[in-house]
Amino acid sequence: MMLRYAAPPPGACLRDEAEGLTLLYHRASGQTHILIEPAPHILDALADAPMTEGELLATLAAAFEVNQAEAVGERLAELVAAGLVSTS
Amino acid sequence: MTLACGPVTFRIGSDWAAPIKALDALYSDYPKPQSTIPHFTVRLEATRWWRRWIAPSIAISGDFRLPEVAPLALGMGLLAAEMAMNLQVALGDRRFLLIHAASVEKDGKALILTGESGSGKSTLAAMLALKGWRFIGDEFALIEPATGLIYPFPRPTSLKNDAIAAILALAPADRFGPLLRDTPKGDLRHLVPPSDAIARMHEPARPTLLLYPRFGAKAAVRDVGKAENFVRLTQASTNYVALGETGFQALTRFVSDVPAIAVDYPDSATAIRTVNRLWKALG
Repeated sequence: MMLRYAAPPPGACLRDEAEGLTLLYHRASGQTHILIEPAPHILDALADAPMTEGELLATLAAAFEVNQAEAVGERLAELVAAGLVSTS
Repeated sequence: MTLACGPVTFRIGSDWAAPIKALDALYSDYPKPQSTIPHFTVRLEATRWWRRWIAPSIAISGDFRLPEVAPLALGMGLLAAEMAMNLQVALGDRRFLLIHAASVEKDGKALILTGESGSGKSTLAAMLALKGWRFIGDEFALIEPATGLIYPFPRPTSLKNDAIAAILALAPADRFGPLLRDTPKGDLRHLVPPSDAIARMHEPARPTLLLYPRFGAKAAVRDVGKAENFVRLTQASTNYVALGETGFQALTRFVSDVPAIAVDYPDSATAIRTVNRLWKALG
């Protein structure tokens, strides 16, 4: 079965933008993350509904013109490791 | 003894009379605390019971302690007490977001100077305080999360090495503590803030300009972007992580509201001129 990825529920993070970087405070862990594109787009795309990596790539391409499959895969793994994206 | 500086009250105990006597003299201008309940307890204790008398050696202690703080000789009691007070505030305070910085104020607006030890921020703040600015603090900028205002914490400035002579030339002699030679930080002498800074130590100010001074480099000025500023301030804060969400909100607000500029300077005169020019440009 394909893994499905999910963003934190609404209100789980505080977010601020700074010169193309996203500052993200994760309430559950108390950690501050500094994200660079396409990581914030990945979180935005996953916020609507959990999806597989293939579905995520399609959504990112359509909504944000992000087409770098390799970079998306790497950022997605980092977001999972940081506890900002969960899998099911 | 108890002493108050701005919104912080300390209770200080010592195994010896000398450090308390030295503190009493250094803080003689400060009003006595109104509350009898201190925020922090500081203890200057003998490293072993017999070292109260034989080769006296002070261990810094209190509500919070760091294992790597080395003991100091009794002659450095004043330094030990000041370090101990800083340690308690740095590790224990949760009312304010603490940034390791010096600050001065004019017309209700605060200029904040942050940077590594040796950047010259303390010397610059002491000089500005002798040139018409109100001294707000030398060790920490206390940012109130709910309002974003900076609360004064005008402790005596620790002048080190060459800075001692530079400020001796400008400030009245009776504002200086004793010269402490060959401390772990070099020669050290405390400068008591101007009376006005002590009298107004409960008056907050609005943060208006943040500078990153760097002494010893060719004169240069560079805007510090919001992202770089945020990261550097998380490193300059002693309690950002401990404050959690409150710290994040206070810091993102601060970096959004307050422009930040890096200032390299070869000498104090250049630095003061640059500060005045940048301040004027804010309008």
